[in-house]
Amino acid sequence: MSPFEEHPETQWVGEEAGPIVRPYVLTRGRTEPTRGRFDLITLAVTVRSASPRESGLDPECLAIVRFCRQPQSVAEIAAHMNLPAGTIRVLLSDLLDQGFIALQEPHSETDMHDESLYRAVLDGLRAL
Amino acid sequence: MDSAHSSRDAGQVKLPRAIKILVAGGFGAGKTTLVGTVSEIEPLRTEETLTNRGVGVDDLSGVETKQTTTVAMDFGRITIGDDYRLYLFGTPGQERFWFLWDELALGALGAVVLADTRRLADCFPSLDYFERRETPFIVAVNCFDGARRYDLDEVRLGLTLHPDIPIVLCDARERESGKEVLITLVEHAMKMRLGTAPAAGNTAPAT
Repeated sequence: MSPFEEHPETQWVGEEAGPIVRPYVLTRGRTEPTRGRFDLITLAVTVRSASPRESGLDPECLAIVRFCRQPQSVAEIAAHMNLPAGTIRVLLSDLLDQGFIALQEPHSETDMHDESLYRAVLDGLRAL
Repeated sequence: MDSAHSSRDAGQVKLPRAIKILVAGGFGAGKTTLVGTVSEIEPLRTEETLTNRGVGVDDLSGVETKQTTTVAMDFGRITIGDDYRLYLFGTPGQERFWFLWDELALGALGAVVLADTRRLADCFPSLDYFERRETPFIVAVNCFDGARRYDLDEVRLGLTLHPDIPIVLCDARERESGKEVLITLVEHAMKMRLGTAPAAGNTAPAT
C-alpha cells in the first residue's frame, strides 16, 4: 500500500530539506575511527565491491564504496557525501575492517626528504 | 598501524602519493580564489573538527582546557602524473583558530601565506604559526585592484620577515600567477628540507 514499499528507492524528501539522519547516528555515536590516522588527504580505494543485498552495509557506506572505485581522499569523500570529515573517518575505518577498501596514508613530515618527490612536483607544476 | 594499511593495498591498486599544501592568510586575502584558480576541480568544501590536544597553556582554573571547533575548508586538487596528487587547503575566515591548525599542518609540504597590503597585520598569526612550527612557507602578496602597489622590500619589512623566506607578488585570479606561487613554495620547501638549491638555471631567491 505504502508508496515506499512499492518503490523502496523513492526519495521521500528533497536534498534541500537537509540531512534527516544526524552524522552521529551514522557512526552509532562513535567519533573516532577504530584505527589509523585518517588525514584529510589519506586516500581510499575500493578493493571489494559491495552489492546492497549481500553486504549489509548502510547506504552511506555503500555510497563510499561506489565513490572510491577511483581513489579518493578523505576530504573529497566528505565533500561528496556532504558529511563532516570526522564521520567519514569512522565509516572508512569500518569499511577497512570489513575489507572493502584499502587506504594509503600520506607522507609524514619526516618522509619529506625525498628529492624525487620535489622534482616530480616541480616538473608537474611547470607543465600545467 | 600504517604498515597494516599498506599491506592491504599491496598488489591491488597502486595509489598515488597525496601531498598537502596549506593556503593561509587573513580574511578576504584571496585564499579560496587561489585554490580555485590552480585546482583541476571546482573547489570543494569540507568540515573538519579540530582539537588542540593539551597545548601547553598556563591553566590556573584546573578545568578541561581542550578546545574543539569545527572549521570549513575549501580545497582543490592538482594531479601530477600517476604518482602524485596535490591537495590545496584554504581555511576561509578561520584565523582565530590558528592554534588548532596542528592537525591540518601535520604532514604538509608547506604553506602559502597570502598577504593583503591593505590589511597586512591580518596575516601575522599565520606567519607566527608556521615560523614556530617550522613548516616551510612563502608569502604571496595578492595584488588587489585599487590597492597601492608596495615594494616587496617594504612588505618584507612590514612583516619583519626573515631574509630566507621568499616573498612574491601574485594575482590570485590568474592561473599562471598561482602556478608561480606554488612553484616558489615547492622550491623553498625543497631547499629547507634538503638543503639543496632547486634545478639549475633558476633566478636568484627573492630578497
